[in-house]
Amino acid sequence: MPRQTLDREIHHLQDEVLLLGSMVEQAMLNAIDALKRRDTAAAKRVYNDDELINEKRYAIENRVLILFATQQPIAHDLRLLAAIMEVITELERMGDYAKGIAKITLKIGDDETPIPIREISRMGDLAVGMLHRALSAFIAEDVNMAHRIPQEDDEIDELYNQVYRKNVAAMIANPEIIDHSNLIMWVVHNIERMADRVTNICERTIFIATGELIEIDDSDDEWDDDEDED
Amino acid sequence: MNISKPHTMTLSPAISTVRELETRTLTTLNKRVEENRLEFLPVKMAAVNLSVYYGKFQALNRITMDIPENKITALIGPSGCGKSTLLRAFNRMNDLVKGCCVEGQVVLNGKNIYDPDVDVVDIRQRVGMVFQRPNPFPMSVFDNVAYGPRLYGIRKKRILAEIVEHSLRQAALWDEVSDKLNQSGLALSGGQQQRLCIARAIAVEPAVILMDEPAAALDPISTLKIEALMESLKENYTIIIVTHNMQQAARISDFTAFLMIDESRSGTLVEFNATDKMFTNPDDEQTEAYITGRFG
Repeated sequence: MPRQTLDREIHHLQDEVLLLGSMVEQAMLNAIDALKRRDTAAAKRVYNDDELINEKRYAIENRVLILFATQQPIAHDLRLLAAIMEVITELERMGDYAKGIAKITLKIGDDETPIPIREISRMGDLAVGMLHRALSAFIAEDVNMAHRIPQEDDEIDELYNQVYRKNVAAMIANPEIIDHSNLIMWVVHNIERMADRVTNICERTIFIATGELIEIDDSDDEWDDDEDED
Repeated sequence: MNISKPHTMTLSPAISTVRELETRTLTTLNKRVEENRLEFLPVKMAAVNLSVYYGKFQALNRITMDIPENKITALIGPSGCGKSTLLRAFNRMNDLVKGCCVEGQVVLNGKNIYDPDVDVVDIRQRVGMVFQRPNPFPMSVFDNVAYGPRLYGIRKKRILAEIVEHSLRQAALWDEVSDKLNQSGLALSGGQQQRLCIARAIAVEPAVILMDEPAAALDPISTLKIEALMESLKENYTIIIVTHNMQQAARISDFTAFLMIDESRSGTLVEFNATDKMFTNPDDEQTEAYITGRFG
C-alpha cells in the first residue's frame, strides 16, 4: 500500500473519534445519573470533565489539519477527514449538553421537588443509544443505518412533550416551583438537542459514502439554532 | 516537415457527418456540465473513437472525449497509460513516429484533423505544443518568439516586434527580458526558458495549446508561475496538459481525464469529469484508487 502513513493516521483518527464519542456518552449518562441521585459531587465531576472532551476534540482537529497539510487527502480520504472535523464539533457540543445538565443538578442542590426522572432517564438512554449506533455507522460508512437512526428520535420527542405537559400542570398547581420546572425543561431540551445532533452525524456518514451533503428530513429545524449555548 | 506516413481513418459507424458529430459532442458535454452545474460550454476539440498504434502495439483504445473551449483539461494516469500519446495525437505529432497509425478522429472546430485534405503545418499552427524540458532554439529571445511568425511569412520588423512583445507579455516574461531581447534564449533560467517556449507557441496565435508536463523540470516557484500563466492564458486559448502531479491537475484544471491501461495494455479513458468533482468524489472506483494513491 503506497499510502501507509495516511491510512494509519485515518484509522487512528477513527479510533479517536470513537473514544471521544464514548467520553460524551459516559458524560451524558453520568450527568443524568447524578441528577437522579441528586449527587452534586458526581455532577461536579461531569462538569469539570467536560474540559477533557474539549481537549480531545481539539487534539483530533489538530491532527486532521496536519494531515490536510502534509498528506493532501482527496476524494474519499478528503470527505472522511472533513466529516471527522464536523463530527467532533457535534460531539463536543453534546458534551456541553451533559455539562449543562450537571450544572442544573448543582443548581437544584438539595431541593426535593419531584423530578420526572423516569422520562429523563429513558430519554438519555435513547439519545446515547442513537449516538452509539450513529458512530458505528459513521465508522462503517453504513448509509442505510445512517438513514434509519434519525427516525428513532420520535420517542424522544414524545417523552419531551410528556415532560412538558407534566411540568406545565405542576406549575399551574404550584407556581412556587416555576424555577425548578424551568430547569427541568432545560434538562430534557438538552437531551432532545443531543438526539438532533446525532442526525447531523448521520448526514456526514452519508456524505462520506456518497459525496452528497443532504439534510435528513427527521432533523428538527425549529430548534436548530444556537440558543442553547452553554 | 515531411509527413509520409499515411493513416487509416474510420468514422464511427453511428456518426455520418461532422455536423452530427459536433452536435453529439456538444450534447454529451452539456449533459455532463449540467450534472456538474457549470455553465454552457462550447467544445473546442474532440477525440472520437481515437485509437493509436505503434506498429502492432495499440497504445490508445477508442478514446472519445471533448475538450471544452477556453478551459484547462488535464490528462492524468499512470506511466504508460497513453496520455502523452493522446496529447500528441491532438496536433498530429505522432505522425513523426515511424510505424504510428491512427484510427478514429480528432475534431478541431468541426473538422477532422486527420482528413487527407488537412495541411499538417496548419494544424500545428492552430494547435501549439510546450514540452517538459524547455527547448528554446539556440538563438536570441527575439528570434525564438519571431520564429513561427516568420515561418508563416511575416517579414515586417515592426509587426514582428509587436508580436514578440505581445507574446512575451502574454507569457508573463516581458518585464524580465525586455532589455535582453538580443541575448540567447539559452541564457535564461529554466523557468524563464519555459515561459519563452510558451511565448513562442502563442506567437503564431494557436487556438489550442498542448502542454506535456510543462513544469516537471522546474523548481516550485517557477512551477507556480507557469500555473498562474496557464490560468491567464485560458482566457484566450484552450489548454490541454499532461501532468504526473495530481495536485497540479487539481489546482489548475477545469476538467480532468483519467486514463489507464486495459487488459491488452492499451490506454483507455476511465473517467472524464469536472476537476472539482473528480478530486472530491470521482465516479469511478479506479479513478478513486489512482488519485488517492492506492495504486499506480
